[in-house]
Amino acid sequence: MLEELRPTDRRAALVVEHLSKRFGDRVAFEDVSFEVGYGEVFGFLGPNGAGKTTTVRALGTLIAPTSGAASVAGIPLSAANGPAIRARISIMPESPGLYQRLTIAENLRCFAGLYELDDIPGRIERALKAVNLLDRAGDSCGSLSKGLRQRVALARALLNDPAVLFLDEPTSGLDPVATHDVHELIVSLRERGVTIFLTTHRLTEAERLCHRVAILNSTMRLLGRPDELRERLFKQSLGVRVRDPIEDPGPVFGDLPGVDGWRMSASGCYELAVSDAQIAAPALARALVDAGADILSLAESHHSLEDVYLQLIDEDVEAIRR
Amino acid sequence: MSFSWTRVKALLVKELHDYRRNRFVVVFAMTMLPLIFITAPTVQLLTAPAVVSSSKLDARIGLALLYMLLIPATVPSTLAAYSVIGEREQGTLEPILSTPIRREEFLIGKALAVAMPTLVVAYAIFGIFLAITALFANPVIESAIFAGSHIPVQLAFTPLLAGWSIWVGIAISARSSDIRTAQQLSVFANLPPVAIVALMGFNVITPSTGLTLSLAAVLLALDALGWRAVAAMFDRERLIVGRRR
Repeated sequence: MLEELRPTDRRAALVVEHLSKRFGDRVAFEDVSFEVGYGEVFGFLGPNGAGKTTTVRALGTLIAPTSGAASVAGIPLSAANGPAIRARISIMPESPGLYQRLTIAENLRCFAGLYELDDIPGRIERALKAVNLLDRAGDSCGSLSKGLRQRVALARALLNDPAVLFLDEPTSGLDPVATHDVHELIVSLRERGVTIFLTTHRLTEAERLCHRVAILNSTMRLLGRPDELRERLFKQSLGVRVRDPIEDPGPVFGDLPGVDGWRMSASGCYELAVSDAQIAAPALARALVDAGADILSLAESHHSLEDVYLQLIDEDVEAIRR
Repeated sequence: MSFSWTRVKALLVKELHDYRRNRFVVVFAMTMLPLIFITAPTVQLLTAPAVVSSSKLDARIGLALLYMLLIPATVPSTLAAYSVIGEREQGTLEPILSTPIRREEFLIGKALAVAMPTLVVAYAIFGIFLAITALFANPVIESAIFAGSHIPVQLAFTPLLAGWSIWVGIAISARSSDIRTAQQLSVFANLPPVAIVALMGFNVITPSTGLTLSLAAVLLALDALGWRAVAAMFDRERLIVGRRR
């Protein structure tokens, strides 16, 4: 029975050490290492073909890694432990994969049986309540919109109260309203302390939902909290807009405390790289007033996760070119 | 982790619900096809002359019963050929394989889901055929069918042929890249046992007790080994990513 195998590694929900997967000569992902704590929402970002889905499949014991080690929900990753691992996790693939001729309740009943769950009616009710579909249980899945199908797939993934919930591109192909609904559901799961491994290439999604993110492009490129990644890749900067261009900005910006450099952006703003914005901003305002410039705005520039992502992917493209 | 009949049952119930709402299965495989198979043998026997030589009578009965055996030999192959590749094409294979289900449980569940309606239909059609024979056929024909070994042979060979047909169909389904190819190949793969039964029906091969028992034993062995062979061919990774390791 499933209960025969107890988790041996309680450090984290996921521990991945130097995991690699190759299909013949093609590398899907290589030397990937990370840990995901219980209750954490972990974003796994990367461009198409970066190996995100393959990583999920490997951790879900659907495919065998070529090398490396991992433990999933405290159980060492191996083919023999596959059924026990799959009993403790849920994977929501990019495509909902529902039986179109069956009703929502029949779809969920089938999966509850496959997980050998007790109190199946109660579990189905709770899962449907979590995705706000309790009143649609008798509807045929073939009659649902794409957004509703995605919610049914999420309900299915919640049936077994998974120790780790893998969401593979959960908002792919959804309209903004349906995307918002799925985001709200993920937020509610995060508040309930569900461990979520979220693969996406929607960076705002990751920034909004995830405690930490990893950027994968066949190899692991970066791992940390979104704000940490921004700080690691980008210097602090100030953005200034003035009514008319400054005739000779060099002397104005050059001697300011805390300013390391400056450039004019394509939009006509001045961007100043600073070591400490708290010191540089007041000094900059005074210098601009002294230079007779009319200040329209002066603000600290914020780099989004998208900037971080694009910077890394650009580096990879450059490296390939070289 | 041990084999779980609970998971097999969950899959079986799902399959039966799905069949019930699948127009192709209900209308064609379970209704039209059996109707086609019962019409020809019934006509064969009801139109037989009152006085007929023993060899001609045997040929007529053999041909009629051959039609009956074509149901378990052909009907399940179409459904079985759909079983794995059909799940893959509708995007449900990955979610189902992401559950704790073992491949043996998956295959047994799929096989039972094909076997149950097949056997129900095959035996029901045979029952109707016997009823028509008893009520309307020439007494000579009636006694030849009811007094001989035809009925036990028919009852025994129906599940044996269905088993062969199902495992071959599932094996092909697990290795095919599209449904149409899988269904065509499984029909071809079912030709050998159908051919042997046909040769016996037409007395090209004399259906002695020994030969019948030998054929039954071979089919039984193939059925018993079938699910193990298909389980060995069932490669979860290949089915998910569409390529070999």
